[in-house]
Amino acid sequence: MSAPRGEWPLWEVFVRAKRGLNHVHVGSLHAPDAPMALRNARDLYTRRQEGVSIWVIPADEITASSPDEKDAFFEPAGDKIYRHPTFYEVPEGVEHL
Amino acid sequence: MNTQHPEPPALFTYTLRLGDDALVSAQRMGGWIAAGPQLEEDVALGNIGLDLLGQARALLTYAGDVEGAGRGEDALAYLRDERDFLNAQLFELDNGDFGFTIARLLVASSYQWELYSRLQSSADETLAAIAAKAVKEVAYHRDHATQWTLRLGDGTDESHGRMQRGLDDLWPYVDEVFESDDLVARLAADGLAVDPATLREPASSYVEKVLAEATLEVPETNVRHTGGRRGIHTERMGYLLAEMQYLARAHPGATW
Repeated sequence: MSAPRGEWPLWEVFVRAKRGLNHVHVGSLHAPDAPMALRNARDLYTRRQEGVSIWVIPADEITASSPDEKDAFFEPAGDKIYRHPTFYEVPEGVEHL
Repeated sequence: MNTQHPEPPALFTYTLRLGDDALVSAQRMGGWIAAGPQLEEDVALGNIGLDLLGQARALLTYAGDVEGAGRGEDALAYLRDERDFLNAQLFELDNGDFGFTIARLLVASSYQWELYSRLQSSADETLAAIAAKAVKEVAYHRDHATQWTLRLGDGTDESHGRMQRGLDDLWPYVDEVFESDDLVARLAADGLAVDPATLREPASSYVEKVLAEATLEVPETNVRHTGGRRGIHTERMGYLLAEMQYLARAHPGATW
């Protein structure tokens, strides 16, 4: 890891609030290694019983989309409203939709 | 003061010993806030301190109930003098460096884990309930101390040296934690308390296993400091109490 000397590397923390839900990114922290990152995450992000499961991932292992490519990445989807399921009439009597 | 006091109930004294261990430890952990090696470790030690404070509150409140003299948790925590505190001396020693703090946390939490595991089945329902909650908390404290002992002991020359020095400085105070006396032996015979002498073997074997894995030596010493359970304390205790009790004594009865 390319952390400066004396600094612990950065980890991204994902917490699952309850069974059946996804892990959601909640923030980041510093820790010397993965087991300690997990423990620090427990102390920092689940103090009020926010979760039942934690993932920690080294921040520099994440490949992120670039803000500069935002237009090319996301705009083409902007005028394709037919991708939204709003053109269908919901038949009468369908529950749980 | 040489006025004659009736002997306090044994259960009061026993509960106070456990409560004072927790209270004094909590105060020491609080000393790391804003002084830890990293923000994350500040929070971890602060959390451990808060767990211990919670245990202290439950134990001191119950001690006050057992005593039946109208003293609540605050009176017991803030309005007793040094000689009335019954914590073992190990808990009151200065934090020292991070190595010493981790060495103490390892020994203290190993002792407390064995203690609370057994105290869960005390014939005293309140002590059993306090222990059942505390055992989960101290399991985490022990894990935290273990993780750091492994990393510092098996880390750099500097971290190994400091961790070993921390253990060496601590060791003369370890024996007292496992001392028994008539009072606790009687309560243990009635199924109310856990005799600390029975915790020595399991707690030591856990600590020694961790130290071996961390490439650290179990210190050898012939010096054994004792007296805390009878109110005899080290020089550090007065400073600790001065800081902890100042506010409550300067502003009696103050509330938020």
